[in-house]
Amino acid sequence: METVAPPAISARELTRRNTLSEPAMVRWLLTGVALLFLGLFLFLPLLAVFGQALEKGFSAYLAAIKEPDSLAAIRLTLLVAAISVPLNLIFGVAAGWAVTKFRFPGKNLLVTLIDLPFSVSPVVSGLIYVLVFGLQGWLGPWLYNHNIKIIFAVPGIILATIFVTFPFVARELIALMQAQGSDEEEAAMVLGANGFQIFWRVTFPNIRWGIIYGVILCNARAMGEFGAVSVVSGHIRGLTNTIPLHVEILYNEYNFAAAFAVASLLALLALVTLAVKSIVEWKMRSPRPAGRSAQCASS
Amino acid sequence: MITKRIFSLFAVLVAVVYFALPVLAGDGVALLNVSYDPTRELYADFNKSFADYWQKKTGQKVEIRLSHGGSGKQARAVIDGLEADVVTLALAHDIDEIQGRGLINPEWQKRLPHNSSPYTSTIIFLVRKGNPKQIKDWDDLVKTGIAVITPNPKTSGGARWNYLAAWAHALGLPGGNEESAREFVKKLYRNVPVLDSGARGSTTTFVLRGIGDVLLSWENEAFLAVRELGPEKVEIVYPPESILAEPPVSVVDRVVEKHGTRALAEAYLQYLYSEEGQKIAAKNYYRPTDETIAASMTTFPEIKLFKLDEVFGSWQAAQKTHFADGGVFDQIYGK
Repeated sequence: METVAPPAISARELTRRNTLSEPAMVRWLLTGVALLFLGLFLFLPLLAVFGQALEKGFSAYLAAIKEPDSLAAIRLTLLVAAISVPLNLIFGVAAGWAVTKFRFPGKNLLVTLIDLPFSVSPVVSGLIYVLVFGLQGWLGPWLYNHNIKIIFAVPGIILATIFVTFPFVARELIALMQAQGSDEEEAAMVLGANGFQIFWRVTFPNIRWGIIYGVILCNARAMGEFGAVSVVSGHIRGLTNTIPLHVEILYNEYNFAAAFAVASLLALLALVTLAVKSIVEWKMRSPRPAGRSAQCASS
Repeated sequence: MITKRIFSLFAVLVAVVYFALPVLAGDGVALLNVSYDPTRELYADFNKSFADYWQKKTGQKVEIRLSHGGSGKQARAVIDGLEADVVTLALAHDIDEIQGRGLINPEWQKRLPHNSSPYTSTIIFLVRKGNPKQIKDWDDLVKTGIAVITPNPKTSGGARWNYLAAWAHALGLPGGNEESAREFVKKLYRNVPVLDSGARGSTTTFVLRGIGDVLLSWENEAFLAVRELGPEKVEIVYPPESILAEPPVSVVDRVVEKHGTRALAEAYLQYLYSEEGQKIAAKNYYRPTDETIAASMTTFPEIKLFKLDEVFGSWQAAQKTHFADGGVFDQIYGK
């Protein structure tokens, strides 16, 4: 039966395509314009970054990355991502769970607030923290007297990063969980599962690709954030410069090869993000029952 | 299986944090110098020399951290709590601002020789190779068809010196007065296509992006640009007269008291006045204030230099009249 079905479908497809689709010329033209645009605005700059980075040879490239201030910037960026991404993962799952599985007053307000960091300029997000924690701000003098450093130090950078990245996981999960509905959770409840069991056995396997998708986007933004971090960083070399800030410093010091070498790390991160994102999208689209029931059984 | 995965994820996380943790720890004494844009190369050299000197003298290892940016912006960061042990900014007014918030003692400028300016500089022109537009004096900047690059005086210290140099020149012209100076500076800023926020940004605009016919620049910044980016692209023009720019330095009293770094911070600034410090400044194209060392230098041509105090009274007065909100710059720019 399976051997007969495919050709029949493709024959039907063929006739439909001829009647419904645009003329070949228009199709080619549109594809060509899209590709040209991509080439000009995405591939060319990407090539330029790697080209400039390797301009003085591979050993110079490595030397630029192994330079102590660059290493410190890489470390700091990893640290910031390692703290802000898990926190936003927890927040995102909690928010998704709360918004899609329960009804409560102020729910719409919560959803709107989650979107806030997307609509606020990153510079403003940074300034908020200066106004709150700065020496002239509300908490500043108290913090100063107790020798607690928030802004112009690592905690401020982490706070600003959490602020700009917190919608990523939450938004992804809310959309996914709304589409899935709560039928399965209700069934599990009727069968006597407790809250944790419902989450772990029913909800989590359904959303785990959504979680990974949100996490990689969140991570990419956390590592690449410039504006908000720039405001709260204080730009102390080797101490409070993240990778994007360090790139700016190197560029301003006429050290172009090194600037592009460090920038190429961010470009690589973008490529990896893109690759993982495509894999995850493909996994999410693949027929649900096959993958899911197998996972459920094995866990 | 999922539990296993979460465990491995957790392990990766721990590894990352462990690798990243040294960022938070520091060893030995540390000193933070918050400076303005064009001093990057100067202090990179100077810090090495001072760290050696300090270790020889006291046996103590010292780590000096640097932060750079537009002078006004940096002063703002110190006011907002960036814990700088010393500030080395582009002009006295920015340090006055910090002093105004109680972080620095009022008499700061009298604590070190030469109004606390260990080195001086001036404002000169950088033009395209061969000087195709024949720009030689301030008067050439206001001619029609000349594009002048200078940063924004609201955020950049260098830009304020540029502005004041042009103003002082116009005042000194035959029949010059407040009104004619204002007209001169207004014409000049009408020739400015881009206002960057800092001196380094303007240099990049002029040299790398190829915008403009002439860059008004710190003397040191101009020399550095020629050295780094190639004498085949740009050349330096000395106008017959310009302004004496005195970038001052100070210990931030409240911070050094908190950190217990006063002795170190004071020695750091004193060392700028030492023979070694003065030589490093000269090597990085700053004019040394030590007269014997200055005399031995042949890099800098003699030009007539106005003193800010003689033309404008004081930095406070200049700031208030020209750069405060609604001041002369606001009145002439954007109209």
